[in-house]
Amino acid sequence: MNSVLFVNIFRFIILLTVQIIIFNNMNFWGFISPYPYILFIILYPVNGNKSGLLAASFLLGLMMDLFSNSGGFNTAACVILAYYRPYLFKFSFGLSYEYQTIKLNDVLTPERFSFLLLSVLIHHLILFTLEAFKFTLLLDILLRTVLSTIFTLLICIIIIYLTKPNRR
Amino acid sequence: MQQIFNFIYKNSNRLLFLLLLGISLFLSIQSHSYHRSKIISSANFLSGGVYERINNVNEYLNLKTQNDALAQENAQLRSMLFHTKDTTAAPKLDSIKGIKPSDIIVSKVIHNSFSSQENYLTLNSGSLQGVKQDMGVINSLGIVGIIDNTSKNYSTVISILNNKSRINAKLKKSNHFGSLTWNGKSTGFVQLTDVPRLASIRKGDTIVTGGQSVIFPENINIGTIDRIKIDDQTHYYTIEVKLFNDMTNLGHVYIIKNENREEIINLEKKEEKDE
Repeated sequence: MNSVLFVNIFRFIILLTVQIIIFNNMNFWGFISPYPYILFIILYPVNGNKSGLLAASFLLGLMMDLFSNSGGFNTAACVILAYYRPYLFKFSFGLSYEYQTIKLNDVLTPERFSFLLLSVLIHHLILFTLEAFKFTLLLDILLRTVLSTIFTLLICIIIIYLTKPNRR
Repeated sequence: MQQIFNFIYKNSNRLLFLLLLGISLFLSIQSHSYHRSKIISSANFLSGGVYERINNVNEYLNLKTQNDALAQENAQLRSMLFHTKDTTAAPKLDSIKGIKPSDIIVSKVIHNSFSSQENYLTLNSGSLQGVKQDMGVINSLGIVGIIDNTSKNYSTVISILNNKSRINAKLKKSNHFGSLTWNGKSTGFVQLTDVPRLASIRKGDTIVTGGQSVIFPENINIGTIDRIKIDDQTHYYTIEVKLFNDMTNLGHVYIIKNENREEIINLEKKEEKDE
């Protein structure tokens, strides 16, 4: 139990640091930036403490907002994603997900991919909507959401493959 | 009573979610007002300090371009010095008592953003160096933005690439003015709106800051006219201005302290009260 806690704290700090130092400075064509820090919420243990996840996501988003001068956009997106994560599990892995041992940190299957895609899409849609805050910019929001989702997804999958525990 | 406790216990997750969501939405909505809350800004001790460390490393990558820009500015200033009509005459101070109306603080950009709709910069000088809210920020090429929040050693700047920014600007050759805004699309262009149809404008004309602003001194470069449109609703010109500045690559900047600012604002407030 303790090792799980430490792994999660470690993941929290590392993802936040990498996001701030490297990914926040990536701007493809001036307006697309990847946000792989939400991997923390995605990879949190399936049967872990739900209030713990909510509080941790709030803190994660708040730190991101502090560093990118963005009000509470990241915080809101993270908290919403953390709350609706069980429903996404149900959608992607079927009703009995609680009794299976789901490991996300593994080879990509259609179920895992759909879960990743949905999580990233929801987070980005909320983030960019709150950021623009205008319905006249709807097309712009959708364009940014789709393009950024592709980049974030790509980077998330690369990170998962790189940090996947070795099996012989 | 028992039932209330049971309810809270059963729905503890949902209540926590609603509480956290409420806080974050409150912060989001507050951040859309012009002067944002002081809590969420990169001018605080933690993020300012981290950005300064990161900038210490990144600075080396831009040394060459920054040096070129400074050398160019030096050359320009020197040519101004050598080509004055009478080099023996001391430059006149623009005041009776001999106090300059504006003063300049040198600072450095330690964090720059240009990818969202509302962009902010972080500078490494704050209230200890005399930086206050609503001071203008420029560099050798043109205007950069307006100071938003300050802490002891850091301050944030509302970049001209920000939806909320509205700056008084005018044509260099005539005195027709408009307000400078950004539509959030390209980092190289800003929009000058509300220029009257009477103004004779042509592509390539220079746009400078106007004299109505108490933040910027008059005649600071902004950019050149790239495209001209006529607004269907208001029948005023909307001009696409190509910036002199590359907002994605900023190094040293100057913060302008306008000594007369408070006097002007107080006077205008008095005027409003009298009406």
